[in-house]
Amino acid sequence: MSEPVENKKWQPKIVAFCCNWCSYAGADLAGNNRLEYPANVKIIRIPCSCRLNPLFILRAFQRGADGVILCGCHPGDCHYTSGNFFARRRMTLLFSMLDYLGIEKARTRVEWCSAAEGVRFAGIMNDFVSKITELGENKRLEDLRCKTTK
Amino acid sequence: MQDDKISAKLIEKAKELLSSGKVQLVIGWRKGLFDYDVTPSIFTTAEDLEKNFVYNKWCAANLSKYLVKETRKIETAKDTVRMNNKMAKQKDPASQDKPEPSVKILVFLKPCDTYSFTELLKEHRIFRDDIHAVGIPCDGMADASKKELLERCTVCKSKKHVTYDELLGEDGEVQDSKRFDEVEKLEKMTPDERYSFWQGELSRCIRCNACRDVCPACTCEQCIFDNPKSGAEHKVAADSFEENMFHIIRAWHVAGRCTDCGECSRVCPQHIPLHLLNRKFIKDINEIYEPYMAGSDMETKPPLLTFEKNDAEPNVVYTRDKSEEGGNK
Repeated sequence: MSEPVENKKWQPKIVAFCCNWCSYAGADLAGNNRLEYPANVKIIRIPCSCRLNPLFILRAFQRGADGVILCGCHPGDCHYTSGNFFARRRMTLLFSMLDYLGIEKARTRVEWCSAAEGVRFAGIMNDFVSKITELGENKRLEDLRCKTTK
Repeated sequence: MQDDKISAKLIEKAKELLSSGKVQLVIGWRKGLFDYDVTPSIFTTAEDLEKNFVYNKWCAANLSKYLVKETRKIETAKDTVRMNNKMAKQKDPASQDKPEPSVKILVFLKPCDTYSFTELLKEHRIFRDDIHAVGIPCDGMADASKKELLERCTVCKSKKHVTYDELLGEDGEVQDSKRFDEVEKLEKMTPDERYSFWQGELSRCIRCNACRDVCPACTCEQCIFDNPKSGAEHKVAADSFEENMFHIIRAWHVAGRCTDCGECSRVCPQHIPLHLLNRKFIKDINEIYEPYMAGSDMETKPPLLTFEKNDAEPNVVYTRDKSEEGGNK
């Protein structure tokens, strides 16, 4: 029997939380325009950026994500008027806390990206993935029980 | 000596209010086997008060949280009577209304407890009408395990009573506290040093949930950490992630509402400096938004329930201190 081929090169896993009204549509546009961005990015659609419970971010890290990015409408353009303003405050405090606990700063990010900014969306993702690839595997917030590989 | 005098004063006050029928329950501190072994308790009779009530430097426990359960009981009893009256009226319009039970609770609050008390009032977790709050003086409380002044008292934030019905002794002033010094010291470390510091502290956690149970800001009736599906309901596996997550989320859930009463650190059987997590949030809110002290008044909106159009972007966290380089490259 032949040995299973192991993928030697490590690839980061990125979770992108995208708001339904702007960034998700922006990702769609990027796809329609055949813009390239890495397949490491797994997009999760959320109704609004303020739907993002900080627990979701920690959970993503637990289940093996190496970076988490939140994309929402530009401040002031929220479909629900003020959701992203609240999300902005929350994420600022949460990121500061993660940094305080010694977790690498670059693993989390918030970007505002509208439905018309497909090019920008692809750009953000390319940049984020390259930053995370540089950073390496997420060791500080991983859960060994959730590791699938040996 | 001083303690005996003030204890006697409080007992006298409580007895006076009990006998006049103004209050029916007294929440105070009960003597234990040893000096330092003082527990919060409910008193209903003058004899019990005389025998077991105590107020001294070991009475660090914040009594405001006990009001959540007690006032809820009173309100439930009132609601039941109201409902029964309504149903009786439907059956027989001429029926007499039964009187609603009137129970009032006497609670003794130290200056820092009044902040928690006000915060609970602000969040509608306790009912002001059911409570007679008496402000009492405090010269700093002792740590029962170390037999010295509690950390929170060495950096006392205020000797001022925020909310009270009457005051025994004198009211002090809000103090210029040095409570953020330790947080600053941690912030100045490199991320790797911080990481190993926090791993050293948090890995001692035995997940007894005492910090959650004692916290006057943690008053949810259902808690994520009781939910077996959360994967973090108890200490099942010694995995660093669980501790990280528990403590980040615990501090997060009280962010913007924490009055820095320091109870979490006091009750921690493993002596984890949990107040440093809470203070980090308070310090960030003060620096990035505007200075806010939870529980200092009833009007100001909590920082996480409001926003400004020109708030800082989340990346301010990363650019605040440019000299610092993060990551384990």
